[in-house]
Amino acid sequence: MSGEVSLAKRPRLARQARLLWDPVRERHVLLAPEGMLLLNDTGAAIVGLCDGNRTIAEIIEELHRRYNRVVAEEVQHFVARLVAKRWMEIGNA
Amino acid sequence: MLRPFGMLAELTYACPLHCPYCSNPLNLADYSDELTTAEWQRVFAEARDLGVLQLHLSGGEPLLRRDLVELVARAHELGMYTNLITSGIGLTQRRAEQLRAAGLDHVQISIQADESALSDLIAGTPSFERKIEAARLVKELGWPLTLNVVLHRYNIDRIDRILDLAESLGADRIELANTQYYGWAWRNRAALLPSKAQLDRAESIVRAARERLEGQMEIIYVIPDYYSQYPKPCMGGWGQRQLTVIPNGDVLPCPAAHLLPLPRASVREHPLSWIWEESPLFQRFRGTEWMPEPCRSCERRTVDFGGCRCQAFLLTGDAARTDPVCHLSPDHWLVAEAVRRANEGKPTVLGNPIPRTFRMRRGAA
Repeated sequence: MSGEVSLAKRPRLARQARLLWDPVRERHVLLAPEGMLLLNDTGAAIVGLCDGNRTIAEIIEELHRRYNRVVAEEVQHFVARLVAKRWMEIGNA
Repeated sequence: MLRPFGMLAELTYACPLHCPYCSNPLNLADYSDELTTAEWQRVFAEARDLGVLQLHLSGGEPLLRRDLVELVARAHELGMYTNLITSGIGLTQRRAEQLRAAGLDHVQISIQADESALSDLIAGTPSFERKIEAARLVKELGWPLTLNVVLHRYNIDRIDRILDLAESLGADRIELANTQYYGWAWRNRAALLPSKAQLDRAESIVRAARERLEGQMEIIYVIPDYYSQYPKPCMGGWGQRQLTVIPNGDVLPCPAAHLLPLPRASVREHPLSWIWEESPLFQRFRGTEWMPEPCRSCERRTVDFGGCRCQAFLLTGDAARTDPVCHLSPDHWLVAEAVRRANEGKPTVLGNPIPRTFRMRRGAA
């Protein structure tokens, strides 16, 4: 379950996880049963783009439009980590 | 500023079950002056302002609060992730649908064993079949399902069958947590503490199941700290990440801390922010300054924070000592002695009656 998620996959947030804006910490946070992850802007953007329709390749393309420095492998690793935690699910390509 | 991430709201200590491993206090009747709906809702708002993101609704049995749906709705509105920790008793189709609509994110249902005879014996009341129905309902309504199982001498040998049951129910997670010895469990410790042989077998079954069910069901296994070398990092440190509010509005750094001889702090008398930031109760064991040796000079002092203050108090009478679970503690013999007795070869026949020290029921409210 670790490693990377291939470019053709269409990840989406698992139903047990929720992305919220925390006005107290001024950070996005991903919440799941008994766990949470404070996200930076890029992390929040990635999670927000994982809607089950976009492929990883399309997500990376969109991130390139928004940010200067986007490393494809880092995006794939990040999504893979969330999939391993079952906070993210992979639809079929 | 240090901000709490999670809050455990023990809404009521009333409960239809009588589990002898319960960590609720022994003097349950002293906590029957419960916070009102409006008081809880105010506490939730104060908690959110303080930084709480995850709200665990527990008890006792939280479904016995008739206002549970209103409480969930308020927490959801405030942007908190809400988690219901329940026996499953009282989770009717109608109630479940209302909770779903109110925004409840996640449900954890306790089971006591893999089949009704033992489960009902441990729970002290016929409840197994209703728990299974409740678990099915949770799945039907599209919630993720977590099963909670407290392990002890009388059910740990059935861990394989408990895992099979969880799998057949389509559970997303199962928490297999060995009993922690507070409250009723402390009173029943001699009857509940499993032997080393029981634990070794359980651990190997868990390892195999984790491999087999990877990606399908998450298996959380909590070892009994009496058998570990170092203490648990209780609550992630005193007043560091978590807080607990109990039925009468007292706020605690650890759910067992009502037994410590420390000044009380109540949401009926102070804002939650003052209690978290400034109250003597929350300041008492915050950080590492309070620590005695061997913790004070130990590399692990910021890993396990000296263990659990309540456990230190229960075992030694002094909450400021190193948790005796730690093999470096001068009081470790207290734990070693309990473990030795649990391994004396006393037979562990399944279904042995558990000492009948059941929980007191609150009078009709």
